Amino acid sequence: MMDLQIVSQISSFLAALVLLTAFGMLVQKRVYGLIHLFAWQGLFLSLNTAVVGFVANKHHLYISSVLTLSLKVVLLPYILHVLINRLKIRKEVETVVNIPMTMMIGIALVIFSYHLTAPIRQLSTLITRSTLAVALATVMLGLLMMITRRHAVTQIIGFLALENGLFFAATSATYGMPLVVELGVALDVLIAAFIFGIFFFHIHTTFDTLDVEQMAKLKEEN
Amino acid sequence: MNSSVMLLVLLGVPFCASVVLAFVGDRKFAPEINILGSAATFAVGIGLALEVYVQGPMLAGGRFFFVDAFNVYLSVLTAFVSMTTAVFSRRYMRREREHGRVGHVGMRFYHAMFQLFIFAMLLCLLTNNVGVLWIAMELATLSTVLLVSLYRTPTAIEAAWKYFILCGVGIAQALFGTVLLYFAAEKVLGEGGEALLWTNLIRVSGSLEPTVLSLAFVFLMVGYGTKVGLVPLHNWLPDAHSEGPTPISAVLSGLLLNIALYALVRCKVLVDGSTHTHHAGNIMMGFGLLSIIVAAFSLLRQKDIKRMFSYSSIEHMGVATFAFGLGGPIATFGALLHMLVHSLAKSAIFFTVGHASQMHRSQDMARIRGLFRGNPLVGWGLMFGVMAIAGMPPFGIFTSEFLILTATMKDAPYLTPFLLLGLGVAFAALFRKVQPMVAGDVPSYQKAMKVAHLPVILHLVLVLAIGLYMPDFLNSWFHTAVELLK
Amino acid sequence: MNLYPFMTEILQIMIVLGISPAFVGWVRMLKCWSQGRTSAGVFQPYRDIRKLFAKNVVLAENASWVFRFTPYLVFGTTVLAGGIIPMLSVDLPLSATADVIVLVALFAIARFFIALAGMDIGTAFGGMGSSREMTIASLAEPAMLMAIFTLSLACRSTSLSQIVTVIFSGQIQLRPYLAFAFLAFVLISLAETGRIPVDNPATHLELTMVHEAMILEYSGRHLALIEWAGMMKLMLFMALGAVLFFPWGIDVTSTAAGALRAFLFLLLKLGASGVVLVLIETGLAKMRLFRLTEFLGSAFLLATLGMLAYYILD
Repeated sequence: MMDLQIVSQISSFLAALVLLTAFGMLVQKRVYGLIHLFAWQGLFLSLNTAVVGFVANKHHLYISSVLTLSLKVVLLPYILHVLINRLKIRKEVETVVNIPMTMMIGIALVIFSYHLTAPIRQLSTLITRSTLAVALATVMLGLLMMITRRHAVTQIIGFLALENGLFFAATSATYGMPLVVELGVALDVLIAAFIFGIFFFHIHTTFDTLDVEQMAKLKEEN
Repeated sequence: MNSSVMLLVLLGVPFCASVVLAFVGDRKFAPEINILGSAATFAVGIGLALEVYVQGPMLAGGRFFFVDAFNVYLSVLTAFVSMTTAVFSRRYMRREREHGRVGHVGMRFYHAMFQLFIFAMLLCLLTNNVGVLWIAMELATLSTVLLVSLYRTPTAIEAAWKYFILCGVGIAQALFGTVLLYFAAEKVLGEGGEALLWTNLIRVSGSLEPTVLSLAFVFLMVGYGTKVGLVPLHNWLPDAHSEGPTPISAVLSGLLLNIALYALVRCKVLVDGSTHTHHAGNIMMGFGLLSIIVAAFSLLRQKDIKRMFSYSSIEHMGVATFAFGLGGPIATFGALLHMLVHSLAKSAIFFTVGHASQMHRSQDMARIRGLFRGNPLVGWGLMFGVMAIAGMPPFGIFTSEFLILTATMKDAPYLTPFLLLGLGVAFAALFRKVQPMVAGDVPSYQKAMKVAHLPVILHLVLVLAIGLYMPDFLNSWFHTAVELLK
Repeated sequence: MNLYPFMTEILQIMIVLGISPAFVGWVRMLKCWSQGRTSAGVFQPYRDIRKLFAKNVVLAENASWVFRFTPYLVFGTTVLAGGIIPMLSVDLPLSATADVIVLVALFAIARFFIALAGMDIGTAFGGMGSSREMTIASLAEPAMLMAIFTLSLACRSTSLSQIVTVIFSGQIQLRPYLAFAFLAFVLISLAETGRIPVDNPATHLELTMVHEAMILEYSGRHLALIEWAGMMKLMLFMALGAVLFFPWGIDVTSTAAGALRAFLFLLLKLGASGVVLVLIETGLAKMRLFRLTEFLGSAFLLATLGMLAYYILD
């Protein structure tokens, strides 16, 4: 029997790694590197879920963990790989404006999340309660990434990272949502994956680029 | 028929129709199958409504589904509007096909996704599980995203991308809110799926932790509010509505916004039960009022006809949200009625707008002229539709808006001027824009075409009828729903 | 009166003075090997220093007292810093009086004067080097303080001895903030000691040099002192990283045998850190100056995340 203290430390360590990958994605300019970072984040998340499942003795978390592993670490990165190879944007480098500023906003968001989740931390008795702030921060960072980036693939990865954060939040606040909900969410993510795959092709054939900056026709006319 | 079976059929029909239509593809009889499927859904919906009317609220399918006065009327409405839209889209899409705007694949996709969308909305309404509610809402978004970009024009793709990204992000916030809700519920109800069942939640809402629920509501508000199209989360809505095919605009405006508001109201009831304050209501009132005013002034600036009516949808959703936020029996009654009549009137308007823009091959309001003479049904349909939507008596929207205004004067008199300002500006803007389109001579480029009569007439007659005389069953439903939402 | 602390203090300063050229020689030797060149041996830096001491000082006509004073000051502060970091034992008199803030301030003073001296003569290179050095410093120092404060928070003290004692006792292990602080520290060390990817110590290419540009006008014993101080600084940073994050083997018993053991461990750790340093330098390319804000921004981010992780996860 492993010492629970150590296992829970491993869990918070993995949480820190999830946060680190979220920041990494925020500043990573290469599409290719982003997909790798996303896969790593999925891996840490999946391991964390399994560890929490072990500590809390909740067996349905193992299923969620395997689900995350297969979906977020294997399938989605694979689909993205195939897509960027097909669209020949593997080597594309995005111009990211003002990285230090983005990082500062990111740090501010982490602090904000910490404050926002304070009441829940006080009410919770779970050992994972402290990671909830990290989970919310991951959500916020995904959101920030979608706002600051102008590339379709990057925005999608931001969206998926945000989804990772939500999954993480469910694990840390309540040891996971009921299985039916988690399965449904996974299904939605899968459908979304196919939709954005189709979208990439549409955007690429229509605009000849995946830079969504091009898509600014629809505005309020004055 | 057993009620569980009936529910399964109600959800099963659109789902199966979607699968069938995916296989049928662009055959000649695909639109008829589409109509048939929607009609069957509507028929089952009526059956279910009768059952609930006679027996009261019920749980079915192992407590997975739940039907009460609030969601049953929305289910019937959803089934009805999707049926009439299917009728309308038969002619409309055929014409689009002839114009070469949609291809084979597009048509296959259109029909299959239309039914899947209806399935998702009905699942949203009927499920008892707050988590599944979220999933179905996301499914409803996903199934319509590619319909918005059906024409593959640059603007359509842009609109669909915006829709996908903004609604995706928005609804993600709602999932976080749901996680927090589960966190609070788990303490009282224990772990597992039981803790997310709405019937259980409402039973114990008094003992849920208020601080957590207040926080959860902020996330839920932002999440579902994005889908309702409330200002300032509304950016996707005018684009998605104006660039997609008109039948999709009709169901998005008429149904999807209602469903999102339904989800929001369900959450609000829980939060109110826990906090015993007007916290959630105030937030909703703020968002609602802002939507009314911003949308009303935006109406003035529009050039695209579908875009203008989508702003009108934002305005009306703002009215309903405001009224639900205000609370109290009169306002809630008004809001429920408003959801119903707005849905009917708005989809009727979109039907006529669809035909009008096909006749002129343009959505630019400056090009649409002489509708009265060109095609009386389209012209008068649009005119009456606008009269209804602007809140002229004796249409049903006048009744609902009047109720809401009365309640506002009583409970929050200082907000009445703002509300009146919004409604007044919207009224003026709509008439200013519509007048030149319907009156005057027929322009040379206008093409005569066959239009779908039935949906427009049916909707407008219903709106008028509700304004003139409220049937007993509707009255009692709304009263029950008001009790539920207290 | 117990003489042990004073003896170790003196011993440690002697070690810093004596070993640092060998450490630099070791790093250069590894680098030569990794690049397939023949190295000049571990002891080449000693010969360099001796040669420089033997040469005459050539001063520019307009050199002020700042220019002449700086080498001694830099050397002095670096030696003093060498006395603060508990390398052999935690029981050091200097370490008890001066904490981590003093350590950072000592390095800052040295840097300040070198930058002044760089501008003193009025050549273009000196000024350019100084401006670049200060740019880097302004970004690196907050990050450095942030990283070390994370440890201070966890150990509830800014005294280096106290921090090392707490970490050595094993009260904190496998904590996310330690990992963050360590990563930040590695990045900052590269910047502070002027290694690739921030600065290339082996270059005299005018467009890229930073540190070398500032000391271009120095000669003779002045240059020897500055070079020697630079060697000590490199070694001190490596030793600081080693004692803070991997304090194994340090003497907490205050005995001669303990000090000897600590000395052997120190040699081992320095050797290993030299290998890591060379691996990093071989694997990375020198960055453009404008990208340094990103590099040091990441260091600051990591340090801040470390501090946040301390609050959030513990």
